[in-house]
Amino acid sequence: MSSSDPRDELVEHLPALRAFALGLTRNRALADDMIQDTVLKAWSNIDKFEPGTNMRAWLFTILRNTFYSNHRKRRREVPDIDNVFSDSMSVKPAHDGKLQMHDFKRALDQLPDEQREALILVGASGFSYEDAAEMCGVATGTIKSRVNRARARLTELLDLEGEGAMELTDSVTMSVVSGGPGAGSS
Amino acid sequence: MVSRDDDTQDKIARYIDENLSKVFSELENDKMPDQILDLLAVLRAQDEERKDQKE
Repeated sequence: MSSSDPRDELVEHLPALRAFALGLTRNRALADDMIQDTVLKAWSNIDKFEPGTNMRAWLFTILRNTFYSNHRKRRREVPDIDNVFSDSMSVKPAHDGKLQMHDFKRALDQLPDEQREALILVGASGFSYEDAAEMCGVATGTIKSRVNRARARLTELLDLEGEGAMELTDSVTMSVVSGGPGAGSS
Repeated sequence: MVSRDDDTQDKIARYIDENLSKVFSELENDKMPDQILDLLAVLRAQDEERKDQKE
C-alpha cells in the first residue's frame, strides 16, 4: 500500500495547472493569483482528495471554479488580456505553410471562454469528453458541442477550409504518410 | 465509407489539436514564478511545524 503524500503529487501537476490558468485568463498576473488560490484550497482540503482518482482533474476543477467565481468578475472590471499566447511563444506551427502559429494563437484568443476552456481540456490537456464534462459541471454533449464550435470558429478564423485547405491537406497527409507527429492523434 | 468532408474535418481537428499541444507544452515549460514556489515552501513549513507540535 502506498504511503506517498498526495501533496507531492499536487506539486507535479503545477506546470499543467498553470498552463490551464494561462489559457483561461490569458493574463500572467491573474493566472498566478489563481494558481495560488488553487494551491491553498487544494492543500487545506487534501483530505478530501480520494487517492487513486485523477488529481489533475481535481486541481483543474478547483482552478476553474475559482476562475468563474472570482477572477472573471475582476476581469470584467479591468481589461487585462496581456496576449499571453502571442507574446511568449516561439514555437513553430505543426505544419509549414502560410498558416503561422501567431495566427493560430490570435484565433485562440478570440474564442469565447467556455469554448476555449473545452478545447484546452480536451484538445491540449488530454481529458476525455466525459472527464471534461464532469470538471465543468455540464453534460458530455455540451462539452462536445463547445469543442465542435471552438474548432469550427478556429477553422473559420484561420480559413482552414478556404485558402489554407490545400496546404493543410498536403502537410497533414505527409505527416500521416511519414508517421510523423500527429499521425495518430485525434 | 468516409466522405471527403469527414476526412477534411479530421485533418482540421488534428491540425488544431497539434498546434494546441505545442502552445500548451510551451506554457508548461514556463518557469514557475517565485511567488508560487515561496507559497509551497510556506505550506510545507507549516505542515512540518504542526507535525512537530503533535509529537
